[in-house]
Amino acid sequence: MRYLTRRVLNAMLLLAAISAFSFALLQSAPGNFFDAMRLNPRVSAQTVDGLRSKYGMNQPFPVRYGHWAFSVLKGDMGFSFSYNSPVGPLLWARARNTLLLTSIATLLAWLLAIPLGIWSAANKGRWGDRACGFSTSALLTIPDLLVFLILLLLAVRTGWFPTGGMISTGFDNFSFWSKCKDVAVHFALPAVGLAVVTWPVLVRHIRSAMVEALESPFIRAARGHGIPRTRLLFRYALPAASNPLISLLGFSVATMLSASVIVEVIMSWPGLGPLMVQAILSRDVYVVVAVVMLSSVFLVAGNLLADVLLFVSDPRIRVE
Amino acid sequence: MKNRHKLWGALILLAGLHGLVLFAGFFAPYGSAAQERELPFAPPTRIHFVDARGKFHARPFVYGLKDDPQAIGSFAVDATRIYPVHFFVQGSSYKIAGVFPSHVHLFGATAPGRIFLLGSDEYGRDQFTRFLYGGQVSLAAGLIAAALSVLLGVIVGALAGFYGGWIDEVLMRGGELFLALPWLYLLFAVRAALPLHVAQWQVFLLLIAVIGLVGWARPARLIRGVVLSAKERNFVVAARAFGASDAYLLRRHVLPQTYGVILTQMALLVPQYVLAEVTLTFLGLGVGEPMPSWGSLLASLQQYYVLSSYWWMFLPAALLIPVFLAYYMAADALQERLKTVPL
Repeated sequence: MRYLTRRVLNAMLLLAAISAFSFALLQSAPGNFFDAMRLNPRVSAQTVDGLRSKYGMNQPFPVRYGHWAFSVLKGDMGFSFSYNSPVGPLLWARARNTLLLTSIATLLAWLLAIPLGIWSAANKGRWGDRACGFSTSALLTIPDLLVFLILLLLAVRTGWFPTGGMISTGFDNFSFWSKCKDVAVHFALPAVGLAVVTWPVLVRHIRSAMVEALESPFIRAARGHGIPRTRLLFRYALPAASNPLISLLGFSVATMLSASVIVEVIMSWPGLGPLMVQAILSRDVYVVVAVVMLSSVFLVAGNLLADVLLFVSDPRIRVE
Repeated sequence: MKNRHKLWGALILLAGLHGLVLFAGFFAPYGSAAQERELPFAPPTRIHFVDARGKFHARPFVYGLKDDPQAIGSFAVDATRIYPVHFFVQGSSYKIAGVFPSHVHLFGATAPGRIFLLGSDEYGRDQFTRFLYGGQVSLAAGLIAAALSVLLGVIVGALAGFYGGWIDEVLMRGGELFLALPWLYLLFAVRAALPLHVAQWQVFLLLIAVIGLVGWARPARLIRGVVLSAKERNFVVAARAFGASDAYLLRRHVLPQTYGVILTQMALLVPQYVLAEVTLTFLGLGVGEPMPSWGSLLASLQQYYVLSSYWWMFLPAALLIPVFLAYYMAADALQERLKTVPL
């Protein structure tokens, strides 16, 4: 239990440090949302100054950070100037969409990668393994952007898939069944794109972990006892290889989130990515800070989840 | 494939690609901003040897383009006149590698014929030319940013690994902060903290600084690991016992042991950072027109009509693949060769 408490405390501290860091970074940015107003001759300087003091922009840094931290705890996460509302409500729906997309893509990528990685490791050195290695390295060199653009081209040219968004217009009037179908069709391309981009790295890691497990002495002993191959692979080697893979699951959250930004912008998925790009372009600092914070919460949570899974699956960690 | 062959193959490919980009002025037939407003979205020009009457020409030639009567807004080949392709032709002036003025181009079609190897964009600018010039921005950004990252990584990693104690603790905790943020979000956050509307070259420098500063944590961690084991080696301990100063030990004995990691990290980081630049520019946060970069070449694909109607606008993106392939091959071969820590 001490192990888990320590991990949770560590994660909390890390998040607090990230919040201070990103807040300080964004507050030191030159220019702010109201600068564009100063150029407008119909807005007087007094009005702009009034707005600035209304939003507390002329107060010293620790005070602003305190206010902000308080609003984070309340769930507001600061105030968006361009949406003229607290950031929190803006964020939750989009965060849900991003999470849905990335978790489906993660699931898809792992479901495809695990069998292939195991198969490749079981056939190490044969042509199947070589072909697999070659194709994963080939996929690795294709830029993410190109993959997403090709998928978008597919959508535009064939019309089989929608080119963006998460639901069609008139969604509210659909029957339950067509609602499900509509969402699934919208999910297809972005999820496949994300899976394709993260998949080759997963296959390579799974393969190398399995190869290492298969070469260890206890597997040789088990083989010597005449245990069948399938049982050997799934019952003996896979659990032994699972440790690095669980950590990899935690790490892959980061890659997934980063790739998700691009796919969301290209396929106009209503997630955190487009919100963030827009917020940067309009200098809506609190939205940027909130998105950065949220993404790091996801990442830290992913790593924490991996730690918990490790704790559950590996008795050696529990003993320590 | 033998490791040595792989490394040499990758290095030759890299040298060729970088040479092409460095001497973009010579290899590109036009200037990077030269427009041909009459020919927007012209398809890639085909080089011919045999003309419409079946006559063979020793000198390759191209045809001109005319408006396609069937499809408005697209072009058809006008086979009535041929424009021979010449080599080492006089053209628009440029500076060789940014220093020596020149106006000789490797190839060019006789005016008013035009040669667009990768087609042209919405202003009738040659995509091939812009790809080469764009490489100057993107590759330079990747290389300098990677060098910056690795330099920071070496400084931090060496200090942390060599001195240990609270220095190590502070530096590595800071690194954890950077590793705990998804890198694209972190990149965005840092980019958001910098001015939006400044001169192009300033944006370029900002981009390099942002990308380079964000990525220091990973190389720092790896180099710290190497330094940790390096300082315990017997000859280092012996040198210390002979009274060598810390600076001497680091410079002479410890840092040389990290060269393998440094090289491998460079080879891995450059393509990653080129991609970072491409992504930022694609999203409108990097360098803008008229400065070409690989990101801005792709940005026009965000419009559906460009995406669906003009397949050749994908060619610059496809040409990124050999660049990345060369870097990954080099990194792979280096990693095997130097037996450094795997990633």
